[in-house]
Amino acid sequence: MSDNAKEIKPTDWHSPEMNARIKRRYRKEKWFKGLGFTAVILAAMFLVTLIGRIAGDGLYGFVQTSIELDIPFEESILGNPREMSKADFEENVRRANMLRIIDASLQGHFPDVKSRRDRRELLRMVSTGARAQIRDMVLANPSLVGTTERVRLLASDDVDQLRKGRIDASEPEANRKVKDKELGWYQKLKEEGRVSLNFHTTFLTSGDSRDPELAGIWGATVGSALTLLVTLAIAFPIGVLTAIYLEEFAPKNRLTDLIEVNINNLAAVPSIVFGLLGLAVFLGVMHLPRSAPLVGGLTLALMTLPTIIIASRASIKAVPPSIRDAARGLGASPMQVVFHHVVPLAMPGILTGTIIGMAQALGETAPLLMIGMVAFIVDIPGGVTDAATALPVQIFLWADSPERAFVEKTSAAILVLLTFLIAMNGLAIWLRQKFEQHW
Amino acid sequence: MYKMASELETMTETRKPKMLAENVNVFYGTNHAVKGITLDLHQDEVTALIGPSGCGKSTFLRCLNRMNDTVASCRVEGRITLDGEDIYASRIDVVQLRARVGMVFQKPNPFPKSIYDNVAYGPRIHGLAQTRTDLDEIVSTALEKAGLWNEVKDRLESPGTALSGGQQQRLCIARAIAVNPEVILMDEPCSALDPIATAKVEALIDELKGRYAIAIVTHSMQQAARVSQKTAFFHMGDLVEHGDTTEIFTAPKQERTRDYITGRFG
Repeated sequence: MSDNAKEIKPTDWHSPEMNARIKRRYRKEKWFKGLGFTAVILAAMFLVTLIGRIAGDGLYGFVQTSIELDIPFEESILGNPREMSKADFEENVRRANMLRIIDASLQGHFPDVKSRRDRRELLRMVSTGARAQIRDMVLANPSLVGTTERVRLLASDDVDQLRKGRIDASEPEANRKVKDKELGWYQKLKEEGRVSLNFHTTFLTSGDSRDPELAGIWGATVGSALTLLVTLAIAFPIGVLTAIYLEEFAPKNRLTDLIEVNINNLAAVPSIVFGLLGLAVFLGVMHLPRSAPLVGGLTLALMTLPTIIIASRASIKAVPPSIRDAARGLGASPMQVVFHHVVPLAMPGILTGTIIGMAQALGETAPLLMIGMVAFIVDIPGGVTDAATALPVQIFLWADSPERAFVEKTSAAILVLLTFLIAMNGLAIWLRQKFEQHW
Repeated sequence: MYKMASELETMTETRKPKMLAENVNVFYGTNHAVKGITLDLHQDEVTALIGPSGCGKSTFLRCLNRMNDTVASCRVEGRITLDGEDIYASRIDVVQLRARVGMVFQKPNPFPKSIYDNVAYGPRIHGLAQTRTDLDEIVSTALEKAGLWNEVKDRLESPGTALSGGQQQRLCIARAIAVNPEVILMDEPCSALDPIATAKVEALIDELKGRYAIAIVTHSMQQAARVSQKTAFFHMGDLVEHGDTTEIFTAPKQERTRDYITGRFG
C-alpha cells in the first residue's frame, strides 16, 4: 500500500498542458453557446418574417372597399308599400331585380356610359352582394321606397384590390384584370370621395362564398368548434382512462408491451392515414353523414388519442410512488389510490397533453379532406351532423382559389387560426399553473 | 434456530401474539430475499428489526400488511396470521387488512392536501365517521396522540407538505392512527429526520406502545435499544436472533449478532 502511494506524483495544476486543456474547454463552451445563440436568432428571424408576411396580407382581409352610390328606390321596381299588404310587398321586394336599381343609380353617376356592354361592366364594379344589401335595407325600412339615398355598397373584389393597391396601373392593359375604362370610372368615384375602406364584419360573421368580398370565416369557425367538441368528448375520456388502465391496472406482460409500442407508433402515423381509416369505418361501414363535424371529430379523436395517452401516462408515471404507498398503506383500494391521489396529481400534465392534442387537431387538414369536409359550404352548420368545413380546410380552399383577393382572405383566416391556437396554448399554461397552485 | 422455535412455543402458551409469522419465505424472481422467518408481534410491545442493508427486514415488514402484493415479481410463502387468521387467505380483503395493519414509511409522505384532509382520508374511505363532528373528533384525537395537535391546531387547512420533515412524519403517524389500526409497521421512520425530530418520534413511539403492536425497522442500534422491548436481528435474509432487547444488546447468543451490534460489520 505505502509503496504504491509513493509512486503517485502530485498533479501540476499550472503545467502548459493543463493550461491548454483549460483553454480548449473554454473554447468548446464558447462555440456551443455561439451555435445556440445563432440558432435562436435564425428561428426568431424566420418567425418574424412569417408573422410579418401573414399579418401584412391578412390584416387587409379584415377590411373591405365600399362605394357610396345615390340609390333611387324606385316604386316601379319595388312596388308601393302603402298600396299592398306587407306580405305582398315583401314578396315583391324579394322578387325585384335590384340590378335595375343599381344600374339606374350608376346611370346617374356616369351619364356618358351608354353601350349595353359598358353598362354591364360598370355594374361589375359593385359586388354581387350589393343586391341583397339593398333588398335588406328596403325590407327593414319600407318608407325608403320613392326616395333616393346615398348608400354604401360593397365593391367588387377587383375594385377592392385596386383600392388596396394590389393592381399595378402602370402595367400594359392586356396584362391587367382591370381595364383602363374601369380605372377611369374608379378614379372618378374616388375623386368624388365615394370609395372607402371599412372594417368588414361580414368576414367574421358569414360562411364561405365564391366572391372574395362576401366570403367569411364564421362557417369554418363553427365547423372547427363542433369538430373539436366531438374530438374532446371522445378522445379525452378514452385517452385518460386508457392511460390510467395501462399505467395502474394492466398486467405487465408481452401483450401490454405490444400495445404500448403500438400506441407510441400511432403517434407518428401520418394524419392522412387516420383520414382513410375514418373514411372506411365511419362513412363506409357506419354510413355516418359525409362532410359532418361528427365524422371529422371522430377521425381527429383517433388521431389525438395517442398524444393524450402518451402525455397522460407520462404524467401519471411522474406521480411519486410514495403517495401511492401512503394511500395503499391506509387501506385505499386500487381505484381509490388512482382516483383520489394519482389522477388529481397528474391532472396538470394530462390537461396540457390534451390541449396540445386538441391544438394539433384544430390545425389538421389532411384527415378532413378524406372524409369530405373539404366541400364548398355556404351555410353555417347548426349541429354535428350538418355539412361543414373547418378552419384549416377553409384556408386550404381559399389558398387554392384563383381570385387575387382570396390571398388576403387566406392570410386573414390563418391569423384567426393562429389566434385560436395561441388562445388554446394559453389555456393550457393557465390550467397547468392553476392546478399546480392548488396543491 | 431450532432452539428458538421451542422458545417461541413456550411463549405462545402464555401469551397469544397479535401477529405471527411462521416460516416465511420471500422471493423476488429468483432472489431468495427472506428465508424461513418465524417471528411474533405482541400487542403491548415494540419489536425492532435490525440488520445491515439488504438483509430482508423491510421486505419482511412489507409482507405483514401485504404491501408486497403490488410488486409483480414478488412471491411470499409461509403463513402470517393476524389474531390467528391467515392474512394471505383468499377470503381476506387486503384493503381491510391494511386498515388494521397501518404503515409508516421511511420518507415522510403526506398527501399534497391539507393537514386535516391528510388525517381524515383514512376514516373517510373506511366510513369511520358518520358526521363532520365525528370526523373532527377523530382528526383531533389522532393529531393529539401523534403529539402534533398543539403545533397544527390553528392551521389544519394549510397543506401537509408545508410542515417540517419531523412534523410531516408525525402527521403520517397521525394519519395511520386515525384509521384505528391494531398493528403499526414503521419502516425506518426516522432515517430522513434530524436528531431532534427523531427524539420526538421516538417519544411518540414510546407513547403509542401498549395500544398498538408496533414493529419498527431501524438502522440505528441506539434507537432499537431505546424504543423496543423485543429485537430481531436479520442477516442475509435469515433471522439470526430474536429476543428481549436488553438481552440482545448485552448478551447476544449468536456471534453474528455480537459482531453487528459491536460494529464489526454491517
